[in-house]
Amino acid sequence: MTTPASTPPASPSPSPPWALLAELTHGCPLHCPYCSNPLELVRRSRELSAEEWGDVLRQAADLGVVHTHLSGGEPLLRPDLAAIVAAADSAGIYIQLVTSGVGLSAPRLSALVSAGLRSVQLSVQHADPASSDRIAGKRSFAAKEHAAALVRDAGLPLGLNVVLHRDNLDAVDAVVDLGVAWGADRIELANTQFYGWALRNRTALLPTRDQLSRARDAVERRREQLAGTTELVWVVPDYFDGVPKPCMGGWGAVSLTVAPDGGVLPCPAAGGLPDLDVPNVRDRPLEWIWNSSPAFNRYRGTEWMSEPCRGCPRRETDFGGCRCQAHALTGEAARTDPACALSPDHALLRAVAETPRSGTAPYVYRGPGPGTARSPRTV
Amino acid sequence: MTGWRPALERSVVLRHDRVRRTYLLVLPERVVVLEGRAADVLRLCDGQRSVDEIVDVLAARFPGAPVTVEVPRFLDRVRQEGWLR
Repeated sequence: MTTPASTPPASPSPSPPWALLAELTHGCPLHCPYCSNPLELVRRSRELSAEEWGDVLRQAADLGVVHTHLSGGEPLLRPDLAAIVAAADSAGIYIQLVTSGVGLSAPRLSALVSAGLRSVQLSVQHADPASSDRIAGKRSFAAKEHAAALVRDAGLPLGLNVVLHRDNLDAVDAVVDLGVAWGADRIELANTQFYGWALRNRTALLPTRDQLSRARDAVERRREQLAGTTELVWVVPDYFDGVPKPCMGGWGAVSLTVAPDGGVLPCPAAGGLPDLDVPNVRDRPLEWIWNSSPAFNRYRGTEWMSEPCRGCPRRETDFGGCRCQAHALTGEAARTDPACALSPDHALLRAVAETPRSGTAPYVYRGPGPGTARSPRTV
Repeated sequence: MTGWRPALERSVVLRHDRVRRTYLLVLPERVVVLEGRAADVLRLCDGQRSVDEIVDVLAARFPGAPVTVEVPRFLDRVRQEGWLR
């Protein structure tokens, strides 16, 4: 253990967490260039067993967790997924599956529903099948369409997740049409957040301001049109708005992420921060990790902040933005997120956002071996 | 609303939260904290009882409470949110 940079506050105890993101595996048939998994992917042999996951989920329920997203990688790669679902359900946790759709069959879904699965979020990369396959680095669109139909047939709520970037923002109308046609109750249109794989692919993924403003108008229009039927969620592009996102609703405030090897993080990207001393459920109770670990207390509340955050009226609204982005762009995780117009580092991000760009650039597809830049896959 | 026998939507779970000592409605991507007597009302929404029957049960349980007016209005609001069918 390294010495923590700041002493955790003795009291009062933090509010209980509402949600747990369970990254059951980093294995995935897709290779999306903006993947939220870390650059250093956890090997399959280091993954928690279903029994260990059951224990984590029971501890989480005791701590106050109400929701879990079973995610990955691709959670369907776990043959013991139904056992994990059953453990979460018997702990009283509401279970949502986050999947690429690849590997979902009627019998598989039926087993998961019997075990207690409540809802499914399906990722889609583009409304056009060939473009979706190209972005995913894998022929997968047909499997997604099939998965959506299975989820609807099973009577489960269906959400569509679409990460937006330069190569699909112009198709946002078509993406909404696709979601409606597939029977989605909710379509999450999430502008790419640039750290990890997405930061590595920033040149290829960063949109233009014009693209964003057209897409935003389209979403507003469609939201009015679809009111009461399909919910449209727009996750803001923080490079362009001058306002940082209230990342995770605050560090260690609302939710936690458990990585495939049992590492516990305040957000999926936080493993990329240096010297965080990531606590692990294999060594410590989840209660200690949430309430007392140096990692979860490091950026909790407002005490850690420096100016301009410290005296800012928005400090309890956006919590100084994203620690991972501050670290990625300035080298210091405790600085104000450069996405904020008040940040002394904001020019760093403006310069990137305003750089003229056109055409397409090759992707570095997600895969094992973070150092390897690979040429675009053919699919 | 005549004839309506309210029941929670299939994706909605009504549960007690022993950590926060409150009742919750849990849905995809959302948790609703139930205040006051909301959970007492929603627990009666079993798809069998009509709205009038729910009102009668609550009137007997909470004498003097304005259930005749407020309960149908509350149920309607919850239906508009999409949590009751």
